[in-house]
Amino acid sequence: MTALLAVEGLTKSFGGVRALDECSFEIAEGSVGALIGPNGSGKTTAFNVITGYQAADAGGLTFRGRAVRRPDPCRLQRLGLARTFQQPRVFPGLSALENVVLGRNQPWHALLRDRVPGPDRRRAEELLDEFGLAAHAHMPAGRLSYGQRKLLEFAGVLMAEPVLVLLDEPTAGVNPIMVKTMEDHIRRRHAQGVTFLIVAHEMQFVMSLCDPVIVLDHGRRIACGAPGEVQKDPRVLDAYLGD
Amino acid sequence: MTRPGPHSRIRPAGTIQAVAFVAVVAVLPLITGQHWLVSLLVFTVMYAGLASAWNLLGGYAGYPALGHGAFFGVGAYAMAIGTSHLGVGGGYRPFVLIVPIAVGTALVVLPIARLLLRTRAAAFAVLSITLMFMVQTLAYNIRSLTGGSSGLIVPLAPFPAAIFERPFYYAMAALLALTLAVCWVVRTSKLGLALNAVRDDEDRARGLGVQTELVKLVAFAVSAGLTAAFGAVWAYYITFLYPGFAIDPLLALGAILMAFLGGRRTLWGPVVGAALIGPAQQYFAYRFGASQLYLVAYAALFLLVIYLLPEGIVPSLARRLRRLRRASPAAATHDQVATDSIFSAGDLG
Ligand SMILES: Nc1ncnc2c1ncn2[C@@H]1O[C@H](COP(=O)(O)OP(=O)(O)OP(=O)(O)O)[C@@H](O)[C@H]1O
Ligand SMILES: [Mg+2]
Repeated sequence: MTALLAVEGLTKSFGGVRALDECSFEIAEGSVGALIGPNGSGKTTAFNVITGYQAADAGGLTFRGRAVRRPDPCRLQRLGLARTFQQPRVFPGLSALENVVLGRNQPWHALLRDRVPGPDRRRAEELLDEFGLAAHAHMPAGRLSYGQRKLLEFAGVLMAEPVLVLLDEPTAGVNPIMVKTMEDHIRRRHAQGVTFLIVAHEMQFVMSLCDPVIVLDHGRRIACGAPGEVQKDPRVLDAYLGD
Repeated sequence: MTRPGPHSRIRPAGTIQAVAFVAVVAVLPLITGQHWLVSLLVFTVMYAGLASAWNLLGGYAGYPALGHGAFFGVGAYAMAIGTSHLGVGGGYRPFVLIVPIAVGTALVVLPIARLLLRTRAAAFAVLSITLMFMVQTLAYNIRSLTGGSSGLIVPLAPFPAAIFERPFYYAMAALLALTLAVCWVVRTSKLGLALNAVRDDEDRARGLGVQTELVKLVAFAVSAGLTAAFGAVWAYYITFLYPGFAIDPLLALGAILMAFLGGRRTLWGPVVGAALIGPAQQYFAYRFGASQLYLVAYAALFLLVIYLLPEGIVPSLARRLRRLRRASPAAATHDQVATDSIFSAGDLG
């Protein structure tokens, strides 16, 4: 088993708050991992540091067997690491179709080519169709509902055919049917070989979909393992029920 | 299977617009022999170009650049120095200088742009206008080159008095056409899509693998180079340069107001804005002289635009047109609303 992503001793403080405290974990190729923990336990910060949106104070990461010294969102994405945000982020002034097309990586010398070339358009239309957004292809993304924006963000991320996708709370704030839809999309992509690391709070969703489950508390990894084991771990119960 | 028609970069409606525009701009100065009117046209066309050039960075990429007066001034002084010190010669020859001036400015500005573009929003606006005042201060102080506060004279062009403005008008018009062509290429290319993404959410764009640094730099350099080209023609026309006049904060403000009024997400918006504001501005300056009373009108107009037409005239008109067309039973249209998509902004986009 090879680790697709390995983080080692990640530490990140905001003023006095230790958002990440020597946090380490690994995600094996082909798995669907979960990153869980109480509010403020550092899950989003972990994503931000891994994808280069925030600089770690200490620690490092390895992606696809390569040590990534100074993570940069653009470079990592081009290496196959994509992410979504806890609050869905789309480009409100661009159409849904363009939002997805934008996910396709471009070499610099293609910058003067067509804004939406035929092959990209067709691929994006397929993705929009798959995510049930085909009817909104030409609508500005800013006019989509919260749930639709979550789906659109996910679809856009998939345009580049990433190896590893980090999803920050894909199921938060959406109705139960949408949770099921998200789960289906993740399962389908997983079947095609995409690896996932998912932050989620819905335990049923996590327990049925994810393995391993990594638990953070106060920035520290307090448990890691199969969902059944983690659920019974006294430290985990303590973190969720304690303080 | 390749699909032409709706997905092609070149659309019939756009071609017709371009041809009609070129025809109108070419004929305009021939209609009247009144010097003040032709002069007004020269400035209006210049502002249409400046607003369009500004729009590359300020509109498409959403970077609130306030200091384009700096690039305009650099172009103007380069022209003045080129004609008076370097001995380029008179007549039409100085116009040849436009090309090296534009390219040179675009290249020289790259390292500065790299620094400025590390900031965003308000910080970028402040830095860009600071840059403008720095260039102005340089112009005041490098007296050997610029003449400082006593000004710099550009040799008067030896054109016949009856049609003195025409060469300048056509030079400005050619630059405007070039600027619009550049804007069109940018809008209809991946570069435009990337710039729009930067405007909407730069950090997310980075995370999607968009080369944000590169596209911002290109937009900045091209915008600055084109602005300098207009400054060069302006200097030859105006024949006298003074730092506070050639490097003027109001230049960028005027261009921005025009882009906002016409619609900064569109190709023709800045031109429409300039066509409306440019003549009024010239008229006010002519009526009230240097009293700068027109600044009050500027401020009032700006507020009106922001409150009443936040998207500008062109997108609002395009939407109304689409609604009308949809109302007619023959038309089959999608429910498309104003986006930057070149295919959805109606035929005016
Ligand atoms: N930019 C920031 N500046 C200051 N403090 C921050 C910042 N980002 C996060 N924090 C703090 O770091 C800690 C971890 O935050 P983080 O957002 O990573 O938690 P989380 O596990 O994602 O929580 P949630 O489940 O609420 O999304 C919190 O105490 C938070 O207040
Ligand atoms: Mg979070």
